[in-house]
Amino acid sequence: MTLGGRARIAVAFAAAALLVLAPFGLKPYGIYLLSLWAVTTIAAIGLNLTLGYAGQISLAQASFVGIGAYTAALLTTQGWPLWSAFLLATALCFVIGWVLGYPALRVQHHYLAFVTLSFATLVFLILRNEEWLTKGVYGISGIPRPTVLGWSTKNPIDFYFFCLAMLALVTAATWWLIRSPWGRAFTALRENPIRADSLGVDVRRYTLIAFAIGSALGGISGVLYAPLVQFIEPTAFALNLSLNLLLMVIVGGSGYFFGPFLGAAVSVLLPEWLRFSEGLYLILYAVFVMVLMAFCPSGLLGLAERFRKPAAARRPESAR
Amino acid sequence: MSAVLEVRDLTKTFGGISAVAGVSFDVHPGEILGLIGPNGSGKSTLFNCILGQLAPSAGEVRLDGRAITGMRPCDLNRLGIGRTFQLLQVFPQLSVRENLILAGQEHQGSMWSRLRGRRDAGLTAAANRMIEFFRLGHLADERAGSLSYGQQKLLDAAMAFMAGPRLVLLDEPAGGVNPTMLADLHERLREINRSQGATFVVIEHNMEFVMSLCTRILVLAEGRVIAEGDPERVRNDPAVIEAYLGR
Amino acid sequence: MADLLQLLVAGLATGGIYALVAIGFVLLWQTSQTINFAQGEFVMLPAFFVLAAMKFGGLSFPLAMLVGLAVSAVVLGLLFKRLVVDPIIRHGVLPLVISTIALAIFFKEGVKEFYAADAQPFPAAWATTNLSLGGAVVSVQSLVIIAAAVAAVAALQYFLAGTRTGRRMQATAQNPALARVLGIPVERMILYTFLINAALVALASFLVSPIYLAKFTNGETLGLVAFVAAIVGGFNQVRGAIVGGLLLGVVDNFVAAYWSAQYRAAIPLFLLIAVILFRPQGLLGRAEERTV
Repeated sequence: MTLGGRARIAVAFAAAALLVLAPFGLKPYGIYLLSLWAVTTIAAIGLNLTLGYAGQISLAQASFVGIGAYTAALLTTQGWPLWSAFLLATALCFVIGWVLGYPALRVQHHYLAFVTLSFATLVFLILRNEEWLTKGVYGISGIPRPTVLGWSTKNPIDFYFFCLAMLALVTAATWWLIRSPWGRAFTALRENPIRADSLGVDVRRYTLIAFAIGSALGGISGVLYAPLVQFIEPTAFALNLSLNLLLMVIVGGSGYFFGPFLGAAVSVLLPEWLRFSEGLYLILYAVFVMVLMAFCPSGLLGLAERFRKPAAARRPESAR
Repeated sequence: MSAVLEVRDLTKTFGGISAVAGVSFDVHPGEILGLIGPNGSGKSTLFNCILGQLAPSAGEVRLDGRAITGMRPCDLNRLGIGRTFQLLQVFPQLSVRENLILAGQEHQGSMWSRLRGRRDAGLTAAANRMIEFFRLGHLADERAGSLSYGQQKLLDAAMAFMAGPRLVLLDEPAGGVNPTMLADLHERLREINRSQGATFVVIEHNMEFVMSLCTRILVLAEGRVIAEGDPERVRNDPAVIEAYLGR
Repeated sequence: MADLLQLLVAGLATGGIYALVAIGFVLLWQTSQTINFAQGEFVMLPAFFVLAAMKFGGLSFPLAMLVGLAVSAVVLGLLFKRLVVDPIIRHGVLPLVISTIALAIFFKEGVKEFYAADAQPFPAAWATTNLSLGGAVVSVQSLVIIAAAVAAVAALQYFLAGTRTGRRMQATAQNPALARVLGIPVERMILYTFLINAALVALASFLVSPIYLAKFTNGETLGLVAFVAAIVGGFNQVRGAIVGGLLLGVVDNFVAAYWSAQYRAAIPLFLLIAVILFRPQGLLGRAEERTV
């Protein structure tokens, strides 16, 4: 293993230790923000799989978060355990993601952007209009936090550790997926779908799978989001969140494994720390994204890599 | 001896213009068939119609007697047809070895078994052999995008052979490759042909390369076959000379 | 019958707006492969230029409209091309998509933060009364919108087909490399399309704002509708954008009247899926084959 690889593992361990220790020095609001970061990161990891590895733009990730959140809210307020929501939401989002991608992939690739954009609109309308199910604009309140194997996560700090554990689980699963032959196929169809096709890679099926798994991770994120905020209503899952998640993946570095972690931190934690008003922060953020796209479309991690070593010496790797 | 590949009356029109106008030919087991013709004579379009990248307007393609017209490229590849493209097509972010493993992995088991199975799909040894065979050994862990053009061209060809295909269609394998490497490529192709009995169809503009490599040559002009035969005969065919020199 | 006529006129008016926005969108795509995700915000913004000119510059409404048009041309045409598109286009389509998404956020939040977060009344340059046509009640506004859209499209078609510059622009759109060889100043032609897009969205803005009021969120649905109109019509055709826009507008009004007003915003999705499944090249488009 190279020195760079060892340094990377050291950084990962330090970051993990920090995440475990951080809540002990924070007020409840700080713990809430960290939990929100963990939940958001899961959704961003899903989108990174779709966009960063398989090269498919999706503007509907928030809709899958919404489907997950409403599944959790509806089930747990009826007394069902949270794990049933995990199962149902994951399956639901996987299937919907697959069905959604299918027509779009029959034609040119950028059509998926428009299909997902329209889908996001439809989901928002359903959440808002179908009051018999979703209670419409009034939202659903009193979403309970789960008891996991006898451990109550009612306290912010306990729920934070629950979110962190879920993030660790998702991270490990994704890492394993990216390093499997599937991950190699995802990278190939991002880099050159026509060549991949001629080498026996079933481009359509792999793309659909990447999209479906990415969507399912959005659902998982939503299932955690509902008990975190304990009150959900439709506007939380409108187009704004989808765009925000997309920018997180891009800003962090799409196609980089740790890009979503960084991107979510920039989007969730940084504005609180800078104490700007939300509007002003978004304005500056938008300018930053435009500048980043002009000078380094591979995002912050791409920028870091560029500084760390000259272009020719960059390490080849499918799982960056 | 029955043909590996039969092409019958294959036609492809783009908005009224026939790029390929009723082409028929057979490819026999073990031969190296050259496909030559002036620029724009329809060679690459013909390849793309045979290999499913383009849908032919009319005609039929058969592999070992089985109709394969209009099948998807990935399915054709899994039936044992490999190919390269006119323009260089490797995966620049993957290492040389990863490029080769990718080229073979879809032929190993089912999609689900690949997810559960080993990370390299059990192909590291085969990839290394291919790397040695094409003399890219010192570059195995380099990012493909960082190789020289000629080296990438070799890798491109190596990828087409990774899954052990029976039939390989090479679109200008010699284009832009320097003379030393060209001799190398020539020798490699001959050896695969000899040792594995693989059948080739090669599009090439480099006459010296194609005449010395191929056992039979097919000449295309304006979407039609205008001559066919061994290199010597084609070289002296007046119709071929006319097609190249113009009227 | 009277109801139908009424709905048809309203639908054509809505469709006229969609068509204007979709035409500009298609023009940008044709000449510079720009998929402008901020196109909706481009429609939202000119109205605020006019309001700002009246509020801070003390200008009269007609004068402010001229100023609004000029500022739109500079900001949404020239600066958009120079500052956003030119530096990014070499990286490919995706970074530009991301960048225009960021631009949309920039415009939206900018208006909200520095002008107003609530809907602002926008004056109309024409009567807001209704006319009675054979029993149907038709608003003058709808007729004005239809007339203005028709006039704009006619002028654009005349420019593209009937003038030397217009034909050079079409050549640029069809094959930039060839156009360059022929000595056409391709860069300038591309700039012209950006300016035309700016003028079209400004016109759409001035037509739509008196009805829906000027609000920073106005662009959200309009942008999506313009994309879908462009795709329904056949992504790379100006004629297609017109047909797609009108169709969407009419369907939108009929569905709202006869089926469900709550789900009218979902109509683009259904049209989009229908087109992709049954006629992926669009209603007027020709099938294009990917070259390998």
